[in-house]
Amino acid sequence: MSGAAFEFLEDVTSDLCFVARGATLPDVFGAAAEALLEATVEAPESVGESETRRVELEEPDLELLLLRFLNELIFLRDAQQLLLRPRDLRIDASGGGARLVAELAGERFDRGRHGAAADVKAATAHGLELARLDGGFRAKVTLDV
Amino acid sequence: MQAQGDAMAAPASIRRLAPALWELDTGFRPGMRVPVRVFASEKLLADMDAQVFEQAANVAKLPGIVGASYCMPDAHWGYGFPIGGVAAMDVRSGVISPGGIGFDINCGMRLVRTDLTWPELKPRLRELVDALAARVPAGVGRSGSVRVHRDEFPELLKRGARWAVERGHGTPEDLAVTEAGGCFPAADPACVSERAIERGLRQVGTLGSGNHYLEVQVLHADGIHDARLARAFGLDLPEQVLVMFHCGSRGFGHQVATDYLHRFLRAMPNKFGLPVIDRELACAPFESQEGRDYFAAMCCAANMSFANRQVILDHVREVFSEVFHRGPEALGIRQVYDVAHNTAKLEEHGEGRARRTLLVHRKGATRAFPPGHPELPEVYRETGQPVIIGGSMETGSYLLAGTAEGARAFFSTAHGSGRTMSRARARKLAGGREIQECMAARGIVVRSASWRGLAEEAGFAYKDVDEVAAVSEEAGLSRRVAHLVPVGNVKG
Repeated sequence: MSGAAFEFLEDVTSDLCFVARGATLPDVFGAAAEALLEATVEAPESVGESETRRVELEEPDLELLLLRFLNELIFLRDAQQLLLRPRDLRIDASGGGARLVAELAGERFDRGRHGAAADVKAATAHGLELARLDGGFRAKVTLDV
Repeated sequence: MQAQGDAMAAPASIRRLAPALWELDTGFRPGMRVPVRVFASEKLLADMDAQVFEQAANVAKLPGIVGASYCMPDAHWGYGFPIGGVAAMDVRSGVISPGGIGFDINCGMRLVRTDLTWPELKPRLRELVDALAARVPAGVGRSGSVRVHRDEFPELLKRGARWAVERGHGTPEDLAVTEAGGCFPAADPACVSERAIERGLRQVGTLGSGNHYLEVQVLHADGIHDARLARAFGLDLPEQVLVMFHCGSRGFGHQVATDYLHRFLRAMPNKFGLPVIDRELACAPFESQEGRDYFAAMCCAANMSFANRQVILDHVREVFSEVFHRGPEALGIRQVYDVAHNTAKLEEHGEGRARRTLLVHRKGATRAFPPGHPELPEVYRETGQPVIIGGSMETGSYLLAGTAEGARAFFSTAHGSGRTMSRARARKLAGGREIQECMAARGIVVRSASWRGLAEEAGFAYKDVDEVAAVSEEAGLSRRVAHLVPVGNVKG
């Protein structure tokens, strides 16, 4: 995912809050997924790509779609012990509603190699933002840990 | 210390009703149906982030709310409701909100007493904490040692801690001293998604991470606030060793909350005509299909949590027996109490003709039934319900008891000390290894699944638990029984 970036904010008393930026919607979704991975393990760069999964999601708007996408990654972490990031991501917000098709790649969680950080419970709707900014997109998400 | 950029100031219109009780009347924000009442000292009130008052005011706007929207002394901002928020709803006209319960449904505390004393434990402390850390899985991605077949999981969801005891993990005496006997009877697994089951199936008997922990504690003589109640609760030896743990319904409960949040958000504008004030405050009429389904699913998650803590207690008994070469009976290991602090429950409140059934949301708030309450087990009928307030891993925790005066907040009290700074900020101030070394220098052995997680849970990131417990007593919500000091800690 090119142009992806994120940073964790210090001004949220509980839990973890991050801002993700991207030149396109897939970029900002990818950056948010990377932030989630950073919250989950100590060494996100060590997560390989031996497993793939495909997800298709639909929500009434793009903000809820982002929330659903992150919660899907959290679900796959718990249910299948998989750490995943999007390899290919398509988003369609035309004609009402918002849809996403993603090819995810990653591998099974390996405590020794990846290092445990936080067992993120959920991505939350608290202060959730997704907006166009400076020719790209900016998302703000709070993770419940 | 305050979190950077986080406004911490009570609104100018807040009025002091009593030394530890403050009120924002219904004029504070348009649409409030009841006032906001905050139980706090001047110091705790000043330390509360501004969002506490806005969120409590949003709760005050919910249909069917009765009395007031309450904030406990440890209140801080949460998702939808503030953490430390209590709201009782009329069951006919009121709503149920996942935000009033929390993502970690039936997150709660369990306290266990032993006949061991600190001088006996001290030479084996490191061995004990290492063994507990090895036996009780903690942190992200860990599976529990108890294998539950998919076909058996609905029984666990229906029966809670009873399921665990029937499988040999504990005794009927444990159930007698667990809130609701360790089982919320309205649980219906048909209201739970397959995804929630997939998420929780391997997590029975695990701590999780974040602020969840298992702690070995000591009761020193100067920690006793009420000797009579302490004895009645089994705290009856000088330098007595106890075990306290804090965890919830794991991925299962989180998935239930997420599933229903999305379902409610879709139904609110279309089906119920309810405005979405804050998406995390999504709700549905309690008597609607959606409301009833969530209540039944939430009870399943509460039962998953009771089963989880019951299995962990079994592991604690095994480890103590192995380390001290005596059986649990010989070691005097007995559960003092298990109490939830993230639930919604149907309860009878009020006196005489005003008595009625209410749906009481407690989110980061502990039920605290008074002496004589019919739902209390015989052993605590005269004392009032034991209340367990967990502090940070450095400052210790409290055992309290419910009081008759607690009726002013539907018999609810504080649940912990509450954070004062972000996790990102805390880990910039100190690293996990540094925290571990500092605690070791103070005689506290810590084992953590995550260095980063340890740094985020440093004592300086939390409010003063002594103040929270003292104000809970001053406000009449519960009375202090004992202060327990940590000597060993297993963190997620």
